[in-house]
Amino acid sequence: MIDTHRYDMPNGTDIAWCPACGNYPILTIVKQAFAELGISPDRAVMCSGIGQAAKMPQYLRINYFNGLHGRALPPAVAIKVANPELTVIAESGDGDTYGEGGNHFLHTIRRNPDITNIVHDNMIYGLTKGQASPTSSKGMKNPIQPNGVVVEPFNPIALAIANGATFVARANAGDIKESKEIVKSAILHKGYALVDILQPCVIFNKINTYQWFKEHTYYLDENYRSHDRMEALRIAFDLDRLALGIIYQQAGAPTYETLVREGNDPLHTRHFEVEKLRKLITSFR
Amino acid sequence: MRRFTEGVSIVLGGSAGQGIQTVEGMLVSVLKREGYRVFACKEYMSRIRGGSNSTEIRIGNDAPSAYVKRIDFLFALDGDILKHLESRLDDDTIVLGERERVCHDAKRCPVIDVPFGRFATELGNPIYTSTVAVGIVLGLLGIGKEVLGEYIREHFSRKGEDIVAKNIEAAGKGYDFGKHMAYDEGVEVSFGRDESVKEALLLSGDQALGLGALAAGCDYISSYPMSPGTGLLAFLAQYGKDFGVVVDQAEDEIAAINHALGAWYAGARAIVTTSGGGFDLMTEAVSLAGMIETPIVVHIGQRPGPSTGLPTRTEQADLNLALYAGHGEFPRAIFAPGTGQEAFMLMQQAFDIADRYQVPVFILSDQYFLDSLTSLSENSLEIRPVERHIVETEPEYKRYALTESGISPRGIPGYGTGLVGVDSDEHDETAHITEDAAVRVTMHEKRLRKIIGLRTDAIKPSVFGDISRAETVVVSWGSNRGVLEESLRILGHEDVAGLHFSQVYPLAKQGLKLLSGKHVIVLENNAGGQFAQVLKSEYGLSAVDTILQYDGSPFAIEDVVTNIKDMLI
Repeated sequence: MIDTHRYDMPNGTDIAWCPACGNYPILTIVKQAFAELGISPDRAVMCSGIGQAAKMPQYLRINYFNGLHGRALPPAVAIKVANPELTVIAESGDGDTYGEGGNHFLHTIRRNPDITNIVHDNMIYGLTKGQASPTSSKGMKNPIQPNGVVVEPFNPIALAIANGATFVARANAGDIKESKEIVKSAILHKGYALVDILQPCVIFNKINTYQWFKEHTYYLDENYRSHDRMEALRIAFDLDRLALGIIYQQAGAPTYETLVREGNDPLHTRHFEVEKLRKLITSFR
Repeated sequence: MRRFTEGVSIVLGGSAGQGIQTVEGMLVSVLKREGYRVFACKEYMSRIRGGSNSTEIRIGNDAPSAYVKRIDFLFALDGDILKHLESRLDDDTIVLGERERVCHDAKRCPVIDVPFGRFATELGNPIYTSTVAVGIVLGLLGIGKEVLGEYIREHFSRKGEDIVAKNIEAAGKGYDFGKHMAYDEGVEVSFGRDESVKEALLLSGDQALGLGALAAGCDYISSYPMSPGTGLLAFLAQYGKDFGVVVDQAEDEIAAINHALGAWYAGARAIVTTSGGGFDLMTEAVSLAGMIETPIVVHIGQRPGPSTGLPTRTEQADLNLALYAGHGEFPRAIFAPGTGQEAFMLMQQAFDIADRYQVPVFILSDQYFLDSLTSLSENSLEIRPVERHIVETEPEYKRYALTESGISPRGIPGYGTGLVGVDSDEHDETAHITEDAAVRVTMHEKRLRKIIGLRTDAIKPSVFGDISRAETVVVSWGSNRGVLEESLRILGHEDVAGLHFSQVYPLAKQGLKLLSGKHVIVLENNAGGQFAQVLKSEYGLSAVDTILQYDGSPFAIEDVVTNIKDMLI
């Protein structure tokens, strides 16, 4: 049994998730991954956007920045730059990350900051009551499209790999043990790490259930070469059988914070030399 | 005989890419080194090459600090500029240019011929044309030949002795030509020099703000380019590295301000720079800053709207935008510098107020201000110590602890043993989401209370003239400080005083005393009289007259003087 009590909120904390929601096992996965990596709550920050998944930082003991819908990634990047010694997690849902925050998803990947991006992918909008999300399957009936979704779903895995993400993984909320290992690898990865966690929405998504995920997923075996980008893309495009595990990983790429600043000291400890500024001012004579 | 003893207005005009900026840069530097008080401003089109652009350089006895319509000398680099500036030319304007380039009909050409083509042939290359032009202006004024030589040696030495020699030759040719022309046209220039100006700084609004940001201990800038807000980003990109400033070009304005908020949350001091349209995209995050009480400094370089408007022109119509940006209610402060010295000081003030009160703080400038060059004394730029208003946390730390001032001590993650959460939902003292109505009211009032301190700390307006005696007070804000000061000086009317606000919200209470019982006229570059409305709501003034301009150009001193005169009758 992994002891996660240091991340636990006090008993009686009101949790706004529905009973049997896929967010609960993800909370457990994250706490266990933190515990096994020995991450101290006061040295880690969780950034989130808006939605049921984005309430995650309210339900564990950690520093957090619970900001705007779609905007979990920008503050996460800046926090890592401002203090590279912090462990930074951006955690939100599929609508938040892939829809509202799509542009940040594209460009944060390009920057390759050393942060972990955990996406609760339940393929539906829960908090706004059952509309289609970017990852909803074509034909899924919902209140806004009563005859079914007419457009193709977003493929976050293929897009992330094609866009140069240095760590891309898919996990299943129904499998805490394996998912915890994937999240641990993502946190340990030096660079941007995407973990798309398949998650049922027991209230609104009647298609992608715990059972559906069980039937439509498989784990990549140990012979799989996760550094082969073209092979990873081939796997990513297979939407009939969804691969679980680390689909692509590239080590050694420079991280954003090392490219835009020197050292690891928190920026708030920085002092500029007044004399240097005086000299610069004088140069404008 | 044309004698200039008070001041002179020289305009360089042509199309983009013809080197007007180079000439302006050399000219103002040399003039300043000679001890002449200079002011330069520019207007240009939203294009990379072609079009009609111009730069005005004023030299004068009484520290020129604003735009005038009058043109004493126009250097025309092409024919289109004559049409472009037609309304500003009169019989007294002396136009210089290469006849065959400027006029289609050389016989009826009112232009004094400057044979740039011949100079280029003699020098073996047209690249020296800018230096020739600088030489001509200085020759015409009869000043600065030696200093121009020094300037050339300093700036071209790394390009080799040959280039230096060629430029000095070009400057000499231009100078002699200008001198002869002055003789032929009977031009005589003599105005005062000031030894202290030689050692003064020559700063654009952009540069003054940029230096101010460095002095403010700015650690981080994240922005998306948009004219005229980009200059500050470029300045920090050029000079910030030596000071450890992180410069981030974001994918969009939404990312920019959310980056900046993340940086502040983690303890850094951050700024975003943009213009009205870009700022529109940031407004949701301004509201976020209001709720999570994370400081933020926003620079808005204004330009005429709505929408894309006139991208390279000037206006002051985004005061309401800054004042009301973001849904919900939360306190804020808005500054608007009118001089380089104010820009330097207010940038430090903006960071300090944002940090101290944990509120959004705005700096409102505009194209006219950002692109204008003035000389100012180095001693006037005070560097205040950077005070970071953050606390080391303890295990029981509460981010939103209730206090009388409304300011909760701000912890940051990783500094201390406590946890620091911030949440965009309504929250309790520990930053946990709540829907409890009583907690909502308490927290909302806590945030709103900060306006009391912000008001107490508000910067007093600057007075021009004897305001206690005056019946009429002309009020301006931001970039219209210089034009107000100079216009009142020209008007020379004892019954008219001026008041300039460099903090436009909340207003310092001293301003009310100064304006009570006066005939108040507000001078501003917009159609709605936005600051006039602020004066009414903040001070409860009932009747306020306005002088408004919204054609994309700055106020000209001549127009302001006429307008004030008309309103006194």
